[in-house]
Amino acid sequence: MARSTENLIRELGDGLTPVRRIAAPNCLALLWLGFSVLIAAGLAVVFGVQAGLARLGSTPDMWLAALGSLLTAVLAAKAAFELAMPGRSRFWALLPVPALLLWIGASGMGCLRTWATAGWDGGVHTECLISIVGISVPLALAMIVMLRRAFPLHPALTAMLAGLACAAASATVLSLFHPGDAAAADLAFHALAVMVVTAILTISGQRLLRR
Amino acid sequence: MQAGILSLESSALRAMGTSCVDRRDPDQADRRLGGLMASAQAGDRAAYDTLLRESVPIIRAAARGRGVAPDAVDDVIQETLLTIHRARHTYDPGRSFRAWLRTIAERRAIDQLRRQGRLRSREVHDEAAYETHPDTTPEPAAELDAGLCQAIDGLPEGQRQAVEELTLKDRSLAEAAQATGRSSGALKVNLHRALKTLRARLSGEEG
Repeated sequence: MARSTENLIRELGDGLTPVRRIAAPNCLALLWLGFSVLIAAGLAVVFGVQAGLARLGSTPDMWLAALGSLLTAVLAAKAAFELAMPGRSRFWALLPVPALLLWIGASGMGCLRTWATAGWDGGVHTECLISIVGISVPLALAMIVMLRRAFPLHPALTAMLAGLACAAASATVLSLFHPGDAAAADLAFHALAVMVVTAILTISGQRLLRR
Repeated sequence: MQAGILSLESSALRAMGTSCVDRRDPDQADRRLGGLMASAQAGDRAAYDTLLRESVPIIRAAARGRGVAPDAVDDVIQETLLTIHRARHTYDPGRSFRAWLRTIAERRAIDQLRRQGRLRSREVHDEAAYETHPDTTPEPAAELDAGLCQAIDGLPEGQRQAVEELTLKDRSLAEAAQATGRSSGALKVNLHRALKTLRARLSGEEG
């Protein structure tokens, strides 16, 4: 063994202090999801959920899309926390894919159906964009703080999953309070918002998570 | 006296026995390393020391497996040991220690390969230059600018040694390698990094 390696081992031994083991990925994911539920509960108190539930109940694909986004949020969060622990397989990144396909499929179906029946409403639904991005901010901050406490060795992939989890959770929360009908343009703006949040967190998150 | 020798012999035999058992049963070896890490997490220095020493061959194998050049393997070992120290709170004793360690070692090996690739793409490196053309008018360290001395003192150990041995003491790569116990490749890489850091610090680009 090189002398410098011997020295390093001695120095590391000198600097050894007891550490508190990090919680398991499942616990961290549950904690983060609990935080998302708190935000949803706060919004429910302020805005009420009647309009959103009525909108979700209007067509089956809206429920399926909401279920898909909820599952995507849960599974992407679980995958992000798994990947943040050294020694876990990168295949964890595939965990949210089926839920994501369900979400995209159901939203796409809803989009096509409303487009076919009512056409493009011509509106620019910036409020959806702002809501999803706005709800994502506290979720993303909490997620990044929790992931930094772990040790992600694949920062880009972990950040992308974190971004997907935040975007999906925001879209799920928004679907509970969203008034009005499921217009094609509206759904398209949801998709745009999800892509924006995921892209922002992928780019900025990988810098913040690099170790 | 005799009791001391017997005790030494028995601990050596125990170590040999452990090593033989480890070779026969990798799962048991893995569990033992995991146990050492759990003790290290609780602050047991002896366990940590043993663990780091026993991790070195595993890291070396992972680095070689990834195609790291022999003269850069020591760098990967040291980077990985540092990462183990910073990431030790993420090890779950219920899981494989070797898998945990191998992932970190492979990641650091890939980082090293990328650094080497970047270095090669940016620099024309004359292998013989350091060896055959030493500076004949070395500047004594005492006359160096105080700011420069301070900047050199602030470098990480490996980089500081490379600057001191190759630049201030004007030693050849072979002599410096012998004096520091580092490979000549590691010294070159450290010197390159040190010069980059010093350039940035002295030009005020870095805080």
